[in-house]
Amino acid sequence: MKIDEAQIKTKVRGILQKFNNNSAMLVGILQDAQSELGYLPHEALHAIHEYLDIPLTRVYSVATFFKAFSLVPLGKHQVHICMGTACHVRGAEKILDSVKRELCIEPGTSDKDLNFSLETVNCLGACALGPIMVVDGKYHGNMKIEGVKSILESYKEPGGKI
Amino acid sequence: MLKRLNSPHELEDLKKSIRSCRDLNKTVVSVCAGTGCITLGSGEVIEALRKEIDAQGIGHKVEVRASGCHGFCERGALVNILPQNILYQRVKTQDVPELVAKTLVEGQVVERLLYPDIVTGKRITREDEVPFYARQKRLLLEHSSRIDPQSIEDYLYFDGYKALGKALYAMDPQQIIEEVKASGLRGRGGGGFLTGKKWENTRDAHGDVKYIICNCDEGDPGAYMDRSLMESNPHSVLEGMIIGAFAIGAHEGYIYIRNEYPLAVKNATNAIIKAEEMGLLGDNILGKGFNFHIQISRGGGAFVCGESTALMASLEGKVGEPRAKYVHTSEKGLWERPSNLNNVETWANVPLIINNGAKWYSGIGTAGSKGTKIFSLVGKVRNTGLVEVPMGITLREIIFEIGGGIPGNKRFKAVQTGGPSGGFIPDTLLDLQVDFDELTRVGSMMGSGAMIVMDESNCMVDMAKYFITFLLDELCGKCLPCREGMKQLHTILIRITNGEGTMADVQMIEDLCSTMKTASLCGLGQSAPNPVLTSLRYFREEWEAHVLEKRCPAKVCKALITYNISEKCPGCGLCVKACPETAIVSKGKKQPVELDQIKCIRCGTCYDVCKLDAIVVK
Repeated sequence: MKIDEAQIKTKVRGILQKFNNNSAMLVGILQDAQSELGYLPHEALHAIHEYLDIPLTRVYSVATFFKAFSLVPLGKHQVHICMGTACHVRGAEKILDSVKRELCIEPGTSDKDLNFSLETVNCLGACALGPIMVVDGKYHGNMKIEGVKSILESYKEPGGKI
Repeated sequence: MLKRLNSPHELEDLKKSIRSCRDLNKTVVSVCAGTGCITLGSGEVIEALRKEIDAQGIGHKVEVRASGCHGFCERGALVNILPQNILYQRVKTQDVPELVAKTLVEGQVVERLLYPDIVTGKRITREDEVPFYARQKRLLLEHSSRIDPQSIEDYLYFDGYKALGKALYAMDPQQIIEEVKASGLRGRGGGGFLTGKKWENTRDAHGDVKYIICNCDEGDPGAYMDRSLMESNPHSVLEGMIIGAFAIGAHEGYIYIRNEYPLAVKNATNAIIKAEEMGLLGDNILGKGFNFHIQISRGGGAFVCGESTALMASLEGKVGEPRAKYVHTSEKGLWERPSNLNNVETWANVPLIINNGAKWYSGIGTAGSKGTKIFSLVGKVRNTGLVEVPMGITLREIIFEIGGGIPGNKRFKAVQTGGPSGGFIPDTLLDLQVDFDELTRVGSMMGSGAMIVMDESNCMVDMAKYFITFLLDELCGKCLPCREGMKQLHTILIRITNGEGTMADVQMIEDLCSTMKTASLCGLGQSAPNPVLTSLRYFREEWEAHVLEKRCPAKVCKALITYNISEKCPGCGLCVKACPETAIVSKGKKQPVELDQIKCIRCGTCYDVCKLDAIVVK
């Protein structure tokens, strides 16, 4: 999804207003910008720098430091694999490998049609259900390798391929 | 619109009216709406229950409550029927009609939904008789399963904000600090610093503007007690913070919550709004003339932000890098002003201490660690969930009595406490009494309370590698010993798990660990060696097997294992279909399949799909 610059600027303005143009809320501002725009395009970061009158380097350093932010567009469906300790001892690595094979992408990347993005997360705090895979916010607990494919397939476009 | 309260008397009057409005003859069906149970479908169960109760026309005598976390996550969705205290576990929507008809209409128990005892298989009716609950001492979690976290009235029903009234009107700030000091409460975030002392330091620090911070950036993988408390009983945390603010003399506070915890953010936000409306938070709290405001700040997903100075940097809208603490945060913290940071669980302890007194509180626990501690008991253990126990209970009691032991007839190998900063504890130390000092003595630490159980199928070298990989990804990169040390540890650990390590590598690991412990800037780097060192200390033979014999005894490290087809394979072909690399070929009906070791990527899919244990790992 391509958003034009004017639109980005309007959205950023709205978000900044919500935070009273307070640069201390930069992390929250970036979180809201990401959830509205899908990712953090350069134009948005530039607009934040301009409107808040803070150095562009500071905006970028925060945007690249925290894991939650993406500077590239994300796929339509977001797959998160929990790699917390409880999931690890129950075989999260195998689930991740399996998802990587199915989607042919590495964690932190999206496929070229921007259908799926894959991310690992440290712990979702639902350790009793490990290993856990989350697709578009829906938790799939007690994952097994054989279950990966069918779950991912249920999200793909009719007639399309994963 | 909620009524604004201007004195403790008005608060008490309101509680009385809330209590008198509640029909005690009404049956309450309390369904867990914590993250774990929601994943297991409790949302749908609640909806189905409400519909079915309406359909049966018993809405006037039954209330369905979407409650906080019940803790026994393994057995979700959990349904607790009060006042009889019947516990139904693994409830699905299809069980709802029978549950309503039999229990709520006829007053009988649905046997098959009760918890079966692990040893005898006998079904247990009452929640407090299930071993998982019976052995706990639930003080902080007591009301979680009884209240709707969205409802401030539910918190008030259980005498909520009574401690606040007492602190504001019957005590002065110095008395509150003395009480918290005398209780012996130590910080539950992991450090174990005396909370009262920390408060005193911040109170005594120079400056008019002081801050209170609640750390809910629960980054420890495997720990989720802070999420649960914040989701299930947010007002208990707020009450603790307000009392702390009054004692310290702060008028502004922050709750820093991980963005990965959306329900905790939602419930905390709602709790703040309600408490403000009622005059329990904000300006002129309970008519005392004391002002205190709380803001929520969502974390950006960085483990290092659990460290106090990194968290404060992040609150200021900067990169979450820690700083050296030769000037304490109680002197110069957030915005260079005196700041007092405590963890969620620490704050939630405060109302208990004020209500019941320091003497009562310090009567629970061991000489050096008072009160209870919530642990998340996870990994290879039967009864996974949140357990609250008095300090001083043994690991054996937690894992085998509350936790029900190891599933699948496997042998216990180790328990890991303290997350990436903690260590592994072997079976010879199972009778260790759990408290801050004992855990540190054996090379681990309390941390925030994750307790991850491992069995014989977990490799301790792989686990050490897991934590170092985790930290390598999460370190901020500011100081050299941590940044470079972690990188080298990781490289060497990969070498060892690939079967290319030497004993000189093991020596190098020990040297690197010692440097990192001494010279790293913050707690992350200083404690990062703990998992590696305890793994080496207690499981050295496993390291030697990897290095000297190029063998992984637990059969985990991919480079050191092969998958093989045993003779008992009937050639069903399940694994042939499942293999992603077409490395397995069928050799005809009733003939064992054949596996091509060159094509095999050791993903383990065949092992997992085989129902006859015909795949052998060597």
